[in-house]
Amino acid sequence: MFKKVLGIGAFAAAALFAGAATAQQGPIKIGIILPYSGQFADAATQMDNAIKLFVKQNGDTVAGRKIEFIRKDVGGIAPDVAKRLAQELVVRDGVDILTGFVLTPNAIAAGDVSDQAKKFMVVMNAATSIITTKSPYMVRTSLTTPQINEALGKWAATKGGVKKVYTMASDYGPGLDAEGGFSRAFKEAGGEVIGSVKMAVANPDFSAYVQRAKDLNPEGIYVFVPGGAQPPAFGKALSERGIDPKKIKVFGQGEITDDAALKSMGDAALGIITGFHYDPNHKSAKNDAFVKAFNAEYKRNPDFFSVGGWDGMQLIYDVLKKTGGKTDAQGLVDAAKGSKWESPRGPISIDPETRDIIQDVYIRRVEKVDGKVVNVEFDKVEAVKDPVKERMKK
Amino acid sequence: MIGVLFDGFAYGMLLFLLSVGLSVTLGMMNFVNLAHCAFAMLGGYLTVTLVNRFGWPFLATLPMAFLAAALVSVVFERLLYRKLYRATDLDQVLLTIGLAFMSIATAAYIFGTVHQSAPTPSFLRGSIEYFGINFGVYRLFLVAVGLAVTLVLVLTLEYTRFGQQVRAAVDNQRMARGLGINVDATFAATFALGSGLAGLGGALAIEIVGLDPSFALTYLVYVLIVVSVGGLGSILGSFIAAVLIGVSDIAGKYYVPEVGAFLIYLVMILLLMWRPAGLFGKR
Repeated sequence: MFKKVLGIGAFAAAALFAGAATAQQGPIKIGIILPYSGQFADAATQMDNAIKLFVKQNGDTVAGRKIEFIRKDVGGIAPDVAKRLAQELVVRDGVDILTGFVLTPNAIAAGDVSDQAKKFMVVMNAATSIITTKSPYMVRTSLTTPQINEALGKWAATKGGVKKVYTMASDYGPGLDAEGGFSRAFKEAGGEVIGSVKMAVANPDFSAYVQRAKDLNPEGIYVFVPGGAQPPAFGKALSERGIDPKKIKVFGQGEITDDAALKSMGDAALGIITGFHYDPNHKSAKNDAFVKAFNAEYKRNPDFFSVGGWDGMQLIYDVLKKTGGKTDAQGLVDAAKGSKWESPRGPISIDPETRDIIQDVYIRRVEKVDGKVVNVEFDKVEAVKDPVKERMKK
Repeated sequence: MIGVLFDGFAYGMLLFLLSVGLSVTLGMMNFVNLAHCAFAMLGGYLTVTLVNRFGWPFLATLPMAFLAAALVSVVFERLLYRKLYRATDLDQVLLTIGLAFMSIATAAYIFGTVHQSAPTPSFLRGSIEYFGINFGVYRLFLVAVGLAVTLVLVLTLEYTRFGQQVRAAVDNQRMARGLGINVDATFAATFALGSGLAGLGGALAIEIVGLDPSFALTYLVYVLIVVSVGGLGSILGSFIAAVLIGVSDIAGKYYVPEVGAFLIYLVMILLLMWRPAGLFGKR
């Protein structure tokens, strides 16, 4: 196995030098690496559907050149597979751009290929802060976990009317990142974290954790759990333990109140406050059109995976127009730096220094509107940069 | 304290409902059925479909979940399982874990990978308060169902003719046949009973832990722990093991959250060191 990877790597390097010399003509090839199967297949579906919708609406020709997609299934958290697929895409299929990437480990692994092979790469979801430092040709159109959670933490301490919180997070990378970001900003803004618990990642029953939080009697609770089955289980534990989010404020990152979770939690979710960059109920003409078209095509609301994919495609089309269809990585990434556009989520831009996204973080509360339980945006923190890379600069 | 005990007990009841079927098939028939939780998942998906697509009330779907899982399991038993009753454990494991993976792929194909839920009626939601302690209504319901199932099962297997036939068929097949017991039919019925109970457990689990295609493997661990700690073939053993695991899990998470989720494994190890055959194991 190791020898094989090495072999492919060497072959890749050789082919790259050859490839760089002869300018490519014909279609522009875009390699998409997503977990189409396995535990994260739903995220891949939501994202890929947005990509397809974008192409349907904007045509498959940019700057006079046809766009061709090559899709690869990485199957889950598998950095070695992601790296191999990225190498195959570059060497065998001759792609000009790498994109997709729901999961951080996969994005980091493919980042090496982007760096060494000098290929433009667009990360459409993976949210760990440092990913974009792995390759100078990488741009991100989704979010970073600290971006959302530090904005929320600061908001909770200054405008949220809460000075003492208890934090609860799943004991794995994203959970620790999110909880760390929230606590840091909350404390910096004058709040106090009175206690904290790390919960097992595969944890089916939250009643004990929630009971303990309740017994400590905090003014607020911050929670981060992986999406899927856990947010509704957590919401139900809240209501069963008699915690009313209208009295003890419950904060979290947006996934805990996404469409599927809200459907399952029902009224138990009312009053939960989340910070996030996108919700299908965001009010803007652009988003209305996006949600309507998405529903017409796929009978379902888009989510943050979809908007990450949509904006990734928007960026790719925009930069190709700017370079006149030339696909050398340096030209593309230069064109991407400082790009600004109106996304369904609101105004966004690419930070010219970090190549990461700058966007508004919306503060939402779960409310009942026309008999439906939805996230209602009631405040926002404007133009938030990734705070970790801001600190790294100092 | 009482709240923690109650939550643990209710969680234990859920584990019991999920695992008692395996205790029946694995314990009574000596068949290593790692696809057990796939039948639980089948019950769960049936409930989700009936509630969300056809507007059935949640409670009415529960017997259907039992019946559907039982019926489907009989088909599998006749076609596949029966041929392996005398095969080695390894053969049984390979067949059934394969079935579990197939069920995951099938569920993902039909229902997608999205997380599913089935709204319960409003009288099963929320909590009631006694002496300052919150009792989740749904958990009370789980406890009631768990106790009822235990009672019915123990009575059936210990005191009815069917129970006697099952035990005879298991202990000595040749003798049982000689006495005119239809061993094939008895095994099929036992298997259906065990899988049906799994289906019921799967339907009841949705409200607490949710449902997605990976259910067939996620809960297999808990189910195997309960059955091995309880001792093969003992309904009462499974019951006590499930309660022990449930209570220690919840209490661990409450009092020592640092090790919380690991505690059930510790309890399992200690109990199995003390009684290698399980609490009520006969072999």
